[in-house]
Amino acid sequence: MKIVVCVKYVPDAQGERTFNASDNTTDRTGVDGLLSELDEYAVEEALKIVEASEGEVVVLTMGPEDAEQAIRKSLQMGAHSGVHILDDALHGSDAPATSLVLAKAIEKINADGQADLVITGMASTDGTMSVVPAMLAERLGLPQVTMASEVKLEDGSVTIRRDGDVSTETITAPVPALVSVTDQINEPRYPSFKGIMAAKKKPVQTWSLADLGVDAGEVGLDAAWTKVDSFAQRPPRQQGEIVTDEGDGGQKLVEFLVSRKFV
Amino acid sequence: MAEVLVLVDHVDGAVRKTTNELLTLARRLGEPSAVFIGDGYDAAADTLGRFGAQKVYKIAGADVEGYLVAPKAEVLAQLVERTQPAAVLIGSSAEGKEIAARLAIKTNSGLITDAVDVQPGEGGPQTTQSVFAGGFTVQAYVSKGTPIITVKPNSASPEEAPASPAVEDVDVTISDAAKSARIVETKPREKTGRPDLNEAAIVVSGGRGTSGDFSPVEAFADALGAAVGASRAAVDAGWYPHSNQVGQTGKQVSPQLYVAAGISGAIQHRAGMQTSKTIVAINKDSEAPIFELVDFGVVGDLFQVLPQATEKIIQTKG
Repeated sequence: MKIVVCVKYVPDAQGERTFNASDNTTDRTGVDGLLSELDEYAVEEALKIVEASEGEVVVLTMGPEDAEQAIRKSLQMGAHSGVHILDDALHGSDAPATSLVLAKAIEKINADGQADLVITGMASTDGTMSVVPAMLAERLGLPQVTMASEVKLEDGSVTIRRDGDVSTETITAPVPALVSVTDQINEPRYPSFKGIMAAKKKPVQTWSLADLGVDAGEVGLDAAWTKVDSFAQRPPRQQGEIVTDEGDGGQKLVEFLVSRKFV
Repeated sequence: MAEVLVLVDHVDGAVRKTTNELLTLARRLGEPSAVFIGDGYDAAADTLGRFGAQKVYKIAGADVEGYLVAPKAEVLAQLVERTQPAAVLIGSSAEGKEIAARLAIKTNSGLITDAVDVQPGEGGPQTTQSVFAGGFTVQAYVSKGTPIITVKPNSASPEEAPASPAVEDVDVTISDAAKSARIVETKPREKTGRPDLNEAAIVVSGGRGTSGDFSPVEAFADALGAAVGASRAAVDAGWYPHSNQVGQTGKQVSPQLYVAAGISGAIQHRAGMQTSKTIVAINKDSEAPIFELVDFGVVGDLFQVLPQATEKIIQTKG
């Protein structure tokens, strides 16, 4: 069993996230970064699958130098090796370009033995588009079994539970397949001291666009298929009236709702 | 005027409100053409015409339903190639965004997700998005291919513009590869009788402060005709279903009125409700960050405040 997990290094949502005024891209230097919380579920699920049988987990990321920290955290959790796609030309890449680079990297990883599964989180916590998994499936020609809250593997097939808006679906596909997992699927482990020590010796390869055979003109801000005209900080909401309940809090609440015509 | 393709979101022909919003937005950009995939068109025909569909492309469900996402993207790609639309509008559900993602790659087209507004512009549709947990708004446009835009529910008020659409049955070929992920079982959600969380004008949510007892939250919601939501803490504790979670990894709602009861207001929760028009909170802790966002707040015990308010509303309504 070989599993590739795609992870993203993102600005901490607890920090003051903003944009670079020069080119309208996400500011990745002013705020501490970390492994996207939602990708921890993908790493955990991959580890659970190989621990239940055997195999290896390869963690793949694309991003600036610091993005190696996302790989490192995954290795501390128990993943076996990492691949970091690092190239200045990647700055400002949109989702189609990201999926192109990740797809090429997965093909290169597959050259050493085809991955049975590619696993991702449900969304990044910065862009939150939730589209790269589907784009990857499209580019790699893999069955797409996404937004899984439960994953089962048996006899060359993968079966998931997907909780949708109007129904819960059971979906099955042959492997190899692309799986994305929600935050309902498991409880990601914390790296142990032993895991942290072991991670220092685990191999991380750094590949450039040239290593993947991707033309620099196909990625980055200038090649993006969408353009950001402008960004603006939303004015902080003006705090309204706060009352302390002295036995009439419910009445006061209704008076407010009536004044705004909700009742 | 160029066509604008709108993917109809429906359950057996019952059209969801978001589709009416998309048809309304599509009229700003060109002539709306509804893409109806699956069975039950007769039940949908009236609604689609009422909200201004000039054309309907009708695709039988046999080769599409029963599979996850990929066949629908193939249907749209074939229609995009044939009609060269000014834009494709799709609802911002998990499925909608995945269909849009695959369509973007198939047609080499730029994709904008979770738009909260779409306006015509010189170089094509201009979108507004709300990002970083509602802390910023971003204006953007698609610069390559056919603009593919997913739009959040409640981004426009549906406006009627009655039309008699020309209906065309479309034959599409679906590849075997697109049929590799099969839906083998579907369990519809239990009906609660309450409005859909995404579509509701009023949402009342409960959090850790309920200690697992949602009855005062539900009673208050019912008095207001509201949908019921829950914070992640309440969902993780098993007190309320995940399908009702409001926040970054649940539903992002934007109702006229959002009431947070016993919810402290972590950034992940704010990401799901910060764009609500009016926000009200009830919390025992006067320091709870949720109070920074509110138009009206009550520092108090939700088990005292909500039942009193519920009773008062029922009296007022008489």
